[in-house]
Amino acid sequence: MLKDITIGQYFPGDSVIHRLDARFKIVFSILAAAMLFTAQNFIGLGIAAVFIIMCYAVSGIRFRMILKSLKPIVPLIIFTGVLNLFFIKGEEILLSWWIITIHTDGLRTSAFMVVRIITLITGMSLLTYTSSPIMLTDAIESLLSPLKKLRFPVHELAMMMMIALRFIPLLIEETDKIMMAQKARGANLDAKGLIKKAKALIPILIPLFISAFKRANELAMAMECRCYRGGEGRTRLKKLKASILDFLAFGLILCVFGIIIANNFAF
Amino acid sequence: MEIIKTENLYFDYEIYDDKGNVVEKNPALHGVNLTVQKGEFLAVLGHNGSGKSTLAKHFNGILLPSRGKVFVNNIDVSDDSRIYEIRQTVGMVFQNPDNQIVAAIVEEDVAFALENLGVPPDEIRERIDEAMKLVDIYKYHKHAPHRLSGGQKQRVAIAGVIAMRPMCIVLDEPTAMLDPKGRKEVMGTIKMLNEKGITIVLITHYMEEAAQARRVVVMDKGAIIMDGTPKEIFSEVEKLKAVGLDVPQVTELAYELRKAGVKLPANILNEDECAKELAVILKEGRDLLQ
Ligand SMILES: Nc1ncnc2c1ncn2[C@@H]1O[C@H](COP(=O)(O)OP(=O)(O)O)[C@@H](O)[C@H]1O
Ligand SMILES: [Mg+2]
Repeated sequence: MLKDITIGQYFPGDSVIHRLDARFKIVFSILAAAMLFTAQNFIGLGIAAVFIIMCYAVSGIRFRMILKSLKPIVPLIIFTGVLNLFFIKGEEILLSWWIITIHTDGLRTSAFMVVRIITLITGMSLLTYTSSPIMLTDAIESLLSPLKKLRFPVHELAMMMMIALRFIPLLIEETDKIMMAQKARGANLDAKGLIKKAKALIPILIPLFISAFKRANELAMAMECRCYRGGEGRTRLKKLKASILDFLAFGLILCVFGIIIANNFAF
Repeated sequence: MEIIKTENLYFDYEIYDDKGNVVEKNPALHGVNLTVQKGEFLAVLGHNGSGKSTLAKHFNGILLPSRGKVFVNNIDVSDDSRIYEIRQTVGMVFQNPDNQIVAAIVEEDVAFALENLGVPPDEIRERIDEAMKLVDIYKYHKHAPHRLSGGQKQRVAIAGVIAMRPMCIVLDEPTAMLDPKGRKEVMGTIKMLNEKGITIVLITHYMEEAAQARRVVVMDKGAIIMDGTPKEIFSEVEKLKAVGLDVPQVTELAYELRKAGVKLPANILNEDECAKELAVILKEGRDLLQ
């Protein structure tokens, strides 16, 4: 059951989007988010949304995946929608019934917010759908590398992310096994109530922690045996390389951004 | 030519209190003298806690001697400045394949050692492809390790070591967590590597695996108590049993039969030999009866 969780879902492919340098893709994602927050009206939002949908089409990621990426944030979407719908007041009343009054402005703001969140998540998901976890950690290491001068442990951070990505599926599997073993011994894992639930976690967490520390110890030794000595002088099998494609994509995004800003002034 | 040499090696595990003072010394090795020749296939036997892993960790400077010396290719392992040279010469594979694979993709993991050594990307590509093909996991090079079987994962770990082009590989119970199929795969790989000229030190508690080596040493209480060919070692059934070890099943059978008065040679190591000898005896018996 826990095994169904997938982390950093990546769909290998060979599209233009897949081939972009992961560093640029991270920057593009940040720009796309900025774009969505700059847009002040539906036209601007629409332009951004169409742009993101076009990116999906180019990447070959199925549109069904958009729905999947939205699933975890449905509560947030509903919450934002309802809150704005009832609490934003304007001059024009659209509907009034019992104690509920909905203003036209409320409806507009609510719709705007919902579309903005949906577009934002859809856009961000495209980053993890089209870049492998290793490409992403490498990109983060590279983007943060100026911080090395400030003694910020950039390489260590990237290495930790890489190891976490490797061990998360293992630990999830192990949690499953421990849960089954403890159930077989009569542990009541489906207890009701917050305190009882927390107590039921103890027989799972303790073996899990002990095993995680043991793994960490052995992994550290195996890394030493393979001459690991930090980021100094390290090379990479796959080097991130910026190509003309990345700069073209950068130009394109800046154009779209420009159109959205111009649109804000026009209306 | 010797590749590993220990001289009067002693090692104590030190147990510290909260303030970092040594409160207890746990002696794990008592004066080990062992020489491993280039190209050798050595098996190390011994029951749990006899010091096998502790000894293995001295072969590439993971642990440093409390007393005595360890040389790898005539380099003293205590020489800090040459430690990476030593670790490249003697590669190490551990019991649990899950805990020694670093990256979330097979080929990235095989490349790990070379990345640490600062090898240029083109050469890394070439060397990892070669290593993965050698241990027959190339077809999984883009897979996530946790989707592979135990035997495949252990071969990924071996490939990660092979990529360093070591002269010697030390394997600490590499088959202990595997099913019979995985065990066979890994043993096959180990023998193939030895045939290619790589020195093998195999720590195991499967007697059948030790019987495939060319030389066996037996450890007990932190010291080497027996050293010889598998035939020599396994013919001393009482001595092995006294230190809590078994002999291969066929040897055991031959031993029991000999005790019961059947005239079998003392150094039978595999089923074929045993069957042949028994056939001779059975035939003689039948001839006698007629
Ligand atoms: N990290 C450690 N700290 C303290 N004692 C240890 C440690 N590792 C092993 N020992 C002790 O050293 C002895 C030898 O252990 P080990 O080399 O692991 O044996 P083997 O691999 O043959 O089972 C044992 O008595 C064990 O309890
Ligand atoms: Mg051991």
